[in-house]
Amino acid sequence: MLAEKDKIFTNLYGEQPWNLVGARARGVWSNTAEIMAKGRDAIIEEVKKSGLRGRGGAGFATGMKWSFMPKESSKPHYLVVNGDESEPGTCKDRDILRYDPHRLLEGCVIAAHAIGAHAVYIYVRGEFYNEASHVQQAIDEAYAAGLLGKNAAGSGWDCDVYLHRGAGAYICGEETAMLESLEGKKGQPRNKPPFPAGAGLYACPTTVNNVETIAVVPEIMRRGGAWFAGIGREKNTGTKIFCISGHVNTPCNVEEAMGIPMRELIEKYAGGVRGGWDNLLAVIPGGSSTPLLPREICDGVLMDFDSLRAAGSGLGTAGVIVMDKSTDIIYAIARLSHFYMHESCGQCTPCREGTGWLWRMMQRMVKGQAKVEEIDLLLAVTKEIEGHTICAHGDASAWPIQGLIRHFKPVMIERIEEYWARAKAA
Amino acid sequence: MPKLSINGTEIDVAPGTSVLQACEQLGIEVPRFCYHDRLSVPANCRMCLVEIEKSPKPVASCAMPCGEGMVVKTDSDTVKKARHSVMEMLLINHPLDCPICDQGGECDLQDQAVGYGFDRGRYTEAKRAVEDKDVGPLIKTVMTRCIHCTRCIRFIDEVAGTPVLGGIGRGEHMEIDTFISQPITSEMSGNLVDVCPVGALTNKPYAFTARPWELTKTESIDVMDAVGSHIRIDTRGNEVMRILPRLNEDVNEEWINDKTRYALDGLKKKRLDAFYVRKGGQLQPVPWQEALQVVADKLKATAPHKIGALVGDMADAESMFVFKHLLDGMGVANRDCRTNGARGDVALAANVFHAGIAGIEQADALLLVGANPRYEATLINTRIRKRWLQGTLQVGLIGKPVDLTYAYTHVGASAASMDELLKGDGDFSQILQKAARPMLVVSAALYARPDAEALQAKLYELAQKYFVKPEWHGFNVIQQAASRVGGLVLGFVPSAGGMPAHAMVMAAGDGALDVVYAFGADDILPHQLGKAFVIYQGHHGDALAARADVVLPGAAYTEKTGTYVNTEGRVQQTRRAAFPPGEAREDWKIFVGISHALGQPLPFVTLADVRTAMVTQYSALSHVGEKMDVSWQAFGKAGPVDGAAFANPMTAEQFYMSNSICRASPTMHECVAMVRGESQKKVAA
Repeated sequence: MLAEKDKIFTNLYGEQPWNLVGARARGVWSNTAEIMAKGRDAIIEEVKKSGLRGRGGAGFATGMKWSFMPKESSKPHYLVVNGDESEPGTCKDRDILRYDPHRLLEGCVIAAHAIGAHAVYIYVRGEFYNEASHVQQAIDEAYAAGLLGKNAAGSGWDCDVYLHRGAGAYICGEETAMLESLEGKKGQPRNKPPFPAGAGLYACPTTVNNVETIAVVPEIMRRGGAWFAGIGREKNTGTKIFCISGHVNTPCNVEEAMGIPMRELIEKYAGGVRGGWDNLLAVIPGGSSTPLLPREICDGVLMDFDSLRAAGSGLGTAGVIVMDKSTDIIYAIARLSHFYMHESCGQCTPCREGTGWLWRMMQRMVKGQAKVEEIDLLLAVTKEIEGHTICAHGDASAWPIQGLIRHFKPVMIERIEEYWARAKAA
Repeated sequence: MPKLSINGTEIDVAPGTSVLQACEQLGIEVPRFCYHDRLSVPANCRMCLVEIEKSPKPVASCAMPCGEGMVVKTDSDTVKKARHSVMEMLLINHPLDCPICDQGGECDLQDQAVGYGFDRGRYTEAKRAVEDKDVGPLIKTVMTRCIHCTRCIRFIDEVAGTPVLGGIGRGEHMEIDTFISQPITSEMSGNLVDVCPVGALTNKPYAFTARPWELTKTESIDVMDAVGSHIRIDTRGNEVMRILPRLNEDVNEEWINDKTRYALDGLKKKRLDAFYVRKGGQLQPVPWQEALQVVADKLKATAPHKIGALVGDMADAESMFVFKHLLDGMGVANRDCRTNGARGDVALAANVFHAGIAGIEQADALLLVGANPRYEATLINTRIRKRWLQGTLQVGLIGKPVDLTYAYTHVGASAASMDELLKGDGDFSQILQKAARPMLVVSAALYARPDAEALQAKLYELAQKYFVKPEWHGFNVIQQAASRVGGLVLGFVPSAGGMPAHAMVMAAGDGALDVVYAFGADDILPHQLGKAFVIYQGHHGDALAARADVVLPGAAYTEKTGTYVNTEGRVQQTRRAAFPPGEAREDWKIFVGISHALGQPLPFVTLADVRTAMVTQYSALSHVGEKMDVSWQAFGKAGPVDGAAFANPMTAEQFYMSNSICRASPTMHECVAMVRGESQKKVAA
């Protein structure tokens, strides 16, 4: 369990003022200039030492990502902060944006210095009106206090921060689609290579990081990489905000150490599964795109990147969706299929065409109006999409169904048999 | 030079080469839909997936640059499976309506489905249907067939420079559409039909008329403008069904403009298919011998200085050569091929595009003078845009500001700006001074101004000051007429004491000329010729034919094998794809017929005779496909230059109506209506 003193997001629940005064009381902006005086390489080194992995879902080592940025370049560098939090089941960035925006801004300035950027774009999901409003007010406050702009926070580094609001497309949370969107184009992921570190926003070196990733950086710098690395497990270090929703008694966001057992997380913070742990059917552990895990696995699995991966799922954004036995699991996954069909950008073939196919088959699966062999076809179609697309949206649309078939195939078969029995009787 | 291995074969490639290009260099076929050599690479169709060692997922080869030591496989099971998958996905929502699809038989999807697809479908859900779009008179859309490769969007954005297409909606509801249902008003829009890999965008006038396998393909040259685009004429029987571009990197790359592609229905309308002689005020069809005799008698009865000979815009060199011989025999000095009224120096140095069209790609500054290449020579404009897109070309314009599809500095409106440049004043002069390979692009339409000679002298001075360097020749003229440079090579200009075209027209109007022999000279308006006896020889019943006293039916460019010299001075040949209608025949034969009727027979029996004689006399014309060597020399005569602003040499409407074939073409008229409609909309807004 995470000690109170090790918590980074001390205003996760909005009990204190979110503004500059409140933020300063929490220690934000306390010694930014001092941190930045350590220099670019030292910052990256410290972040590397902390073992921080990106909090947006893919879990790529942040220090390494920063080190990909060219040291010298004739082009401007950019930092883009991904606040397009749209993954169903996830609402962690939202609470950072609205309750602790200064923590994010301080992270922006430090990270910008580390990657050599003088401009930071914070891309906030369009639906987050109040959150964007808080961020903008925080930016204004910070400029007024000399924390942003020329000689930001007295560090000698110029850093401008701009807020950009999205228009409600899930795919714009994909890093390169976000860059397209920032450039004023249709939000469609770019092919990689080139990676953003080489040619990102306006074809200039760019780093894209999640809000939570950037927001934890100041504390890492203040307390040291070793402190952060000491929390959690090896290669899965630090604290993480978990979002627990679904069939639990008290859905919540909570900051905990990486690697906390799933059962402990749910029972301790979310008041347990509705009707008791035995009433648990399945959990989607990391936002809607990660494959679900049935109860047997949930009993012992740890909540971190590598444990969940080993269990056949992923930590993703740590949006834990709990489903009890009242859930029609096929319908639940079919709803996700509809979401992925609706949010596909339509650029590459397997995703554009395949997500619709999946949804149509899933609709029939919900009713059982299918042949048993079609379950195999369904799985085959998910495999045709997975790994064949420009971005991970194709994978994200395939995984929930793969999880369903892996763990609940008997339920699907039963549904089909029931349907045909009913049909015969009628 | 990265070295990589593809299917076990090692290959060295230039840096920046994509894996797909490397495969092509080895002759390994990689299927693709969205990838196109001349467009940006979106890698969205996913058909070209290949396996690369150390990469966990199959990789889109079109967008993956070759790296040192890469090990690529294009024939592994993973790759085969990936192709199967993508092909299946493409086909689930694609209607299987090949039997009623115009693309059938030349469809990338059809071909690749055979090569890389499953033998049956597994998709049993409802298919998607998409509403068709109305994008104007040239392109027919069946949007249900669209596979979202976005080639059309990229073409219209990047090559045509008129970004009117885009993807609307997302996911499986993404549709290609113009912005709020406006027509595509690009003069390059026909190429969309070629870039579309399926039957979503097809040739509207050609719809449902033929199948590719029943067409005879003839490789030829276009004569709608002086670019001389390489084309393929598809005929069925004696009917020209469609015209397609042919690859030629030096001239048109693989594009053609809409006039080249769509004016062909004009070849079936208003054709002259019989010999006519005016009797009792009415043109009456007569046997050809009679018509030729009437012509011969009239010519014989008229003093040579009272005869004028004009050659129009689409004449081939062979015909002009024979015509010239005929005139020589009669001692007619009044002859001219410049029916647009051009005057001034006829030296080739002042009349060709010296740097060549491909040379534009090396230019680093470009000054347009009185030119509107977008309509005068569309493919030259396309090449300038291509160069401009690379980002280091500075373009300036002296003349009327028009939309050229790329940004330019408006240096000035009249010759006064040339004077400033000569003095070295102004920002653009700095740009030109710094440029290593600057180009001056002049419209030949300027030579039709009364002060042409003085203007030419000024242009020469300008060329000498900035554009002509030891290693670089940057003086370029855009001709509008396909026949013009050929006519100048042959010297079809007034011989000693003769009148140029504009003077002849004036003289005919004043009654100083008795006979005007107009060979395809459709630029001349009937009322200009006064009471003169007009012999019209040509292939279309245009205005002048109706005014003529004798009509001699000739062959259009699709119906004769002829030599043309394009604006670069490149010698090219058309090939006969169909026969002229009715009594009509190749023009050189008519001239020979007249010589027989005159009793002074020319020694030509076959086309080979003509060509042999022609290239013996003008050896430059013997090197077909090559650009002639044109020596640089001074031209023009210093004098006062009119300060009036240069006019726009060709508007969009004029572009679609620039010759007798276009004017007979219903499709071209529809285009004019479309352009007018759009401009009216703009005025209303």
